[in-house]
Amino acid sequence: MMNRWRVLKRLLPLLAGMVLLLSACGRADLSVLRPQGPVAEEQFKLMKLAIIIMVIVVVVVFAIAFYVIVRFRRRPGDKTIPKQVEGNHKLEIMWTVIPIILLIILGVPTIQSVFGLAKDYSKDPNAIQVKVTGHQYWWQFDYTKLGIHTAQELVIPNDAVISVETETADVLHSFWIPSLAGKTDANPGGSVNRMYFKAPNTGVYLGKCAELCGPSHALMDFKVKVVDRASFDRWVAAMKTPTPMPSDPAVADVLTQQCLTCHAIDGTQGGAFPNLAGIGGKQAVAGILLNTDSPKYQNEGTVEDNLKRWIRDPQAVKPGAKMPKVDLTEQQIDGLAKYLASLKLNY
Amino acid sequence: MDWLTTVDHKKIGILYLISGGFFFLVGGLEAIMIRIQLWQPENHFVSADTYNELLTMHGTTMIFLAAMPMIFALMNAIVPLQIGARDVAFPFVNAIGFWTFFAGGVLLNVSWFTGGAPDAGWTSYVPLATDAFNGGNVHGVDYYVVGLQIAGIGTLVGGINFLATIINMRAPGMSFMRLPLFTWTAFITSALILFAFPALTVGLVALMFDRLFHANFFEVSNGGNAVLWEHIFWIFGHPEVYILILPAFGVISEVVSTFSRKRLFGYSSMVFATVLIGFLAFMVWAHHMFTTGLGPVANSLFSIATMLIAVPTGIKIFNWLFTLWGGSIRFTTANLFAVGFIPTFVMGGVTGVMLASAPADYQYHDTYFVVAHFHYVIVGGLILGLFSGLHYWWPKMFGRMLNETLGKLTFWFFFLGFHLTFFVQHFLGLMGMPRRVWTYLDGLGFDDLNMISTVGAFLMGLGTIFFLINIVTSAAKPRDAADDPWEDGRTLEWTIPSPAPEYNFAQTPLVRGYDAYWKEKMEGKNAMTPAEPLGPIHMPSPSILPLILSIGLFIGGLGFMYHHTIVGIIGLLITFGCLFTRSLIDDHGFHIEPDELHDKGVKA
Ligand code: HEM
Ligand SMILES: [Cu+2]
Repeated sequence: MMNRWRVLKRLLPLLAGMVLLLSACGRADLSVLRPQGPVAEEQFKLMKLAIIIMVIVVVVVFAIAFYVIVRFRRRPGDKTIPKQVEGNHKLEIMWTVIPIILLIILGVPTIQSVFGLAKDYSKDPNAIQVKVTGHQYWWQFDYTKLGIHTAQELVIPNDAVISVETETADVLHSFWIPSLAGKTDANPGGSVNRMYFKAPNTGVYLGKCAELCGPSHALMDFKVKVVDRASFDRWVAAMKTPTPMPSDPAVADVLTQQCLTCHAIDGTQGGAFPNLAGIGGKQAVAGILLNTDSPKYQNEGTVEDNLKRWIRDPQAVKPGAKMPKVDLTEQQIDGLAKYLASLKLNY
Repeated sequence: MDWLTTVDHKKIGILYLISGGFFFLVGGLEAIMIRIQLWQPENHFVSADTYNELLTMHGTTMIFLAAMPMIFALMNAIVPLQIGARDVAFPFVNAIGFWTFFAGGVLLNVSWFTGGAPDAGWTSYVPLATDAFNGGNVHGVDYYVVGLQIAGIGTLVGGINFLATIINMRAPGMSFMRLPLFTWTAFITSALILFAFPALTVGLVALMFDRLFHANFFEVSNGGNAVLWEHIFWIFGHPEVYILILPAFGVISEVVSTFSRKRLFGYSSMVFATVLIGFLAFMVWAHHMFTTGLGPVANSLFSIATMLIAVPTGIKIFNWLFTLWGGSIRFTTANLFAVGFIPTFVMGGVTGVMLASAPADYQYHDTYFVVAHFHYVIVGGLILGLFSGLHYWWPKMFGRMLNETLGKLTFWFFFLGFHLTFFVQHFLGLMGMPRRVWTYLDGLGFDDLNMISTVGAFLMGLGTIFFLINIVTSAAKPRDAADDPWEDGRTLEWTIPSPAPEYNFAQTPLVRGYDAYWKEKMEGKNAMTPAEPLGPIHMPSPSILPLILSIGLFIGGLGFMYHHTIVGIIGLLITFGCLFTRSLIDDHGFHIEPDELHDKGVKA
C-alpha cells in the first residue's frame, strides 16, 4: 500500500506537468486546450479529468508490459516449460472492478455536463438570439430579435449568453468555435439544433466547419468578434443604418446589376447570399483571406487586394464556391474593391 | 486455372490475402498521397476534388477491401484447421463470397477511370452523397453504393459460412469451451457480420434508390430524413469496427500464448469478454452522433454504454499481460507485432473512453483527434494484429518460413512510423484542426506536426516494402517448413503438414482438452489420437460458376449505374443463370482414397 502511494506521488507532478504542457498548446483564439469561455472551459475540465484517468491507466499497463517483456525473455537454449496457469479469479475480478470505478468517476460529471450544456436559452430575453445557417462554403448569421443579418463574422457582446440555432441551406455542416464551445451539427429539414455559449473576453476567435460538406469544406472558416456591450450596441445601430451607394455612377451601376442581384448591402436584409454590410471592416474576405496591411502568408493581403482576388475568380480561392466568376473589367473590379473596402462600420 | 475454380478454403484464403493485400497497397498509396498533400500548409499537390476522392477511397478501401478480406484470409486459412474440420460448411458459397467481394472491389476502383471516384467520405453522409450534390462527378457515389453492395454480399455469405462451420464441423471433443481463441473471435465476428451487414445493405439500397430513381428516403424537402442515414450507417458502422478488431484480438491471444509457452490466462473470461464486446458493439452506434442533436438523454445513455466497452477490453489486455507473466517469451517477428499491439491498442482504447464523454466529444468530434483515435485502434490494433497473424501462420499457409531479419525490419519501421504519424495527430485535433480537410491555412500552428506526421507515413510505407521483399524472397525458397515450425504450437493446425494438404486431416483428430495439441505433447505423444479409421475422404468439386456469377453482378451493377437497363438485366441474368445451373447439376464431388493420401498430401 505504502508503495503504491509513493508511486502516485511521483506521478502527480508528471501529470500536472502534462496538463500545463497541454494548456500551452496552440493559439489561444483557436485551441481547444486554451478555453476562453465557460462552455469550452467545462468541456476542457472533462477532458482533463479523462486525460488524468487515462494516463494513469496507460502508465500502469506500460509498466506491467515493460516489466514482463524484460523479466521473462527466453534465454537461448531454454527448454523449460513455465507453469501453465489457468487464470486467477481474484485478479480477474480486480481488473473488472477497478475500470468500473474509474468509469463512474468519469461518467457522473459527463452526465451532469450533458444536461447542463443542453440548457435552452432560446426564450431568454437577455440572451442574444442568433440563427446560424451553413452554406457551401460560408456562414450566415441572422440576429432574429434584432433584425440584422451578416455573414462570415459573428459579432457578439461579452456580457450575454449567446443562444444559437443551427440550420443548413444545403448539406450537413457543423458549427464549431474551438476555444469557445464544441460543435453542433446543422441538419437539413425539421430538426433544428440549439446550443449556447458565453465569451467573457473581448477579441477575435476562429471558427470552423467540422463536417465534410464538399470540396471547400476545409476553407469554410468564420470569425467570432467579441466586443463590449457599448460597442455591440453601436454595431447594431450601424448595421441598421442604410449603406451608402458608390459615388461613382459607373461603379454603382455594376454593383446594382452584377452584385446586388444576389447580395444585399444593408444589414437589415436577409437572403440566400452573404450580406455585404460593413465588409470592409471585417477580419477576412470569404472567411479565409485575412485582411492585413503587412501580409505574411499566401492567404493574407490588404482588404482591397483580397476583395479583388475574390471577385476576379471565386473558385480559385474556394474550389466549388457557388459565387460565379462575374464578367468584369479590371477597372470595374478596382472600383468595386475600393468601394467595398470603404464599407466600414463605426463601433 | 485451378485458382479460378477452387473451392478449397485454404486456397480461397490465399486469394483473399492476395487481393486484400493488393487493395491494402492501393489504400496505402492513397494515404501517402493524402499525407503529401498535407505536409505543408496551402499545398497544391492535388486539387480539392481529388483530395476528397482520395480521402473517401482511402477509408472505403482500407475498411472494406483491405482489412475485411485480410481477416477473411486468416479465417479461411486457419479456422477449419483449428477446429479439426476438412473444409468449411459450404465450400461453393465460400468461393462465391470471395469472388463477389473481388468484383465489388474492382468495380469501386473502376471509378477512378470513369470520371471520378466517390467523394462524400467513407460514411457517405447525405445530402452530400445524394445526386443533388454531385458537382462534375456524376457517378462517383454510385460506384460506392453499387460496389459496396456487391462486396457486401461476399462478406455476408462468408460470415454465415463461418457460423455454420464453427457450429457444425468441430472435431469430436472440440466443445465450445475448448475452441482456440482465434476461432472464438472468428465466430463472434461472423455473428456481428450477420446482424450488421443487412443494415448496411438496407441503407445502400435506399441510397441507391434515391440516386438512381429519385426516391426520397433522405430527401428532406419530400419528407425524407437526412439523420436517418446516419443512424442506419452507424448501426452497421459501429459493429463493423468490432468486426475488424475482434479477429485481431484472437490472433494476439494465440501468438502471445504460443511464444510465451504458456496457456492463455483467464480463457473463460476472454471468451466472456469477446461475447460482451460483440453485444455492446450494437448498443453504442450513436456515439458517432453526439453532435447531431439527439438530446441529452440519448447522449448520456450512449456515453455510458460506450464507456462500458472499456471493461471487457481491459479484461483482455490484462489477461494478455498475465499470459506473458511468468512465461518464457521468445521474440519472433510475429510476437514482436503482438507485444507491440498491446500498449498501442491500449492507447487507442483510452482515447476511445475520452471520446465517449459526450460534452468533451463536442470538441473532439470530426477533428484529427478522432483520426488519431481510430487509427490507433484500426492500424495499431487490427493491422499490427494482421501482421502478427501473417508472420505466425505464414509457414502453415505456404510451407515456407519468412525471413526473421526482414520481419524485424518490417516491424520496427512500421511500428515507429505508425506512432510518429498518429501520435501527433491527437494534438493537431485539440489545437483546432478539423478532419477531412484538403488543406489548412498557414500561421495556425499546424505546420510542424503535419510535417512530422507525413514523415511517419513514409516510414510505414518503408516497413510495408520490407514485408513485400520478404514475401518475394521467401517464395524463391523450398517449401521446407516443419509441421510445428515454432515448436511451441498448441492448437490443431500445428499437427498437420505445412502447408496443409487439400483434405487437412487424413483422419479427424480426437480432442481431449483445451489446447488440444499441447495436451498431447505434454503427455509425451507427438500426434493427435485419430477419432476415425483411415478411409476415403469426400471432397467438393471445383467450379467456375462463382467467378462467372460475380462477373454477372459486376456487369449488372455497371449497367444500372449508367441507366443501360438492358445491360443491367443481362448481368443479373448471368448471375441467376449460374445459381440456377448450380441447383440443376447434381454434383456429388469426389473421393480421395486412402492409398492416394500420401502423394496428394505433398502438394495441395
Ligand atoms: C475501447 C473501445 C472503443 C471506444 C470506447 C470507442 C469510442 C469511439 C467514439 C466515441 C467515437 C466517436 C468519435 C467522434 O466521431 O467524435 C469513435 C470513432 C471511431 N472509432 Fe472507436 N471506439 C473504440 C474502439 C474502436 C475500435 C476497436 C475501432 C476499429 C477497429 C474503432 C474505430 C473507430 C472509427 C473508424 C471511428 C471514426 C468514425 C468516423 O467519424 O468516421 N473504435 N470511437
Ligand atoms: Cu461545411
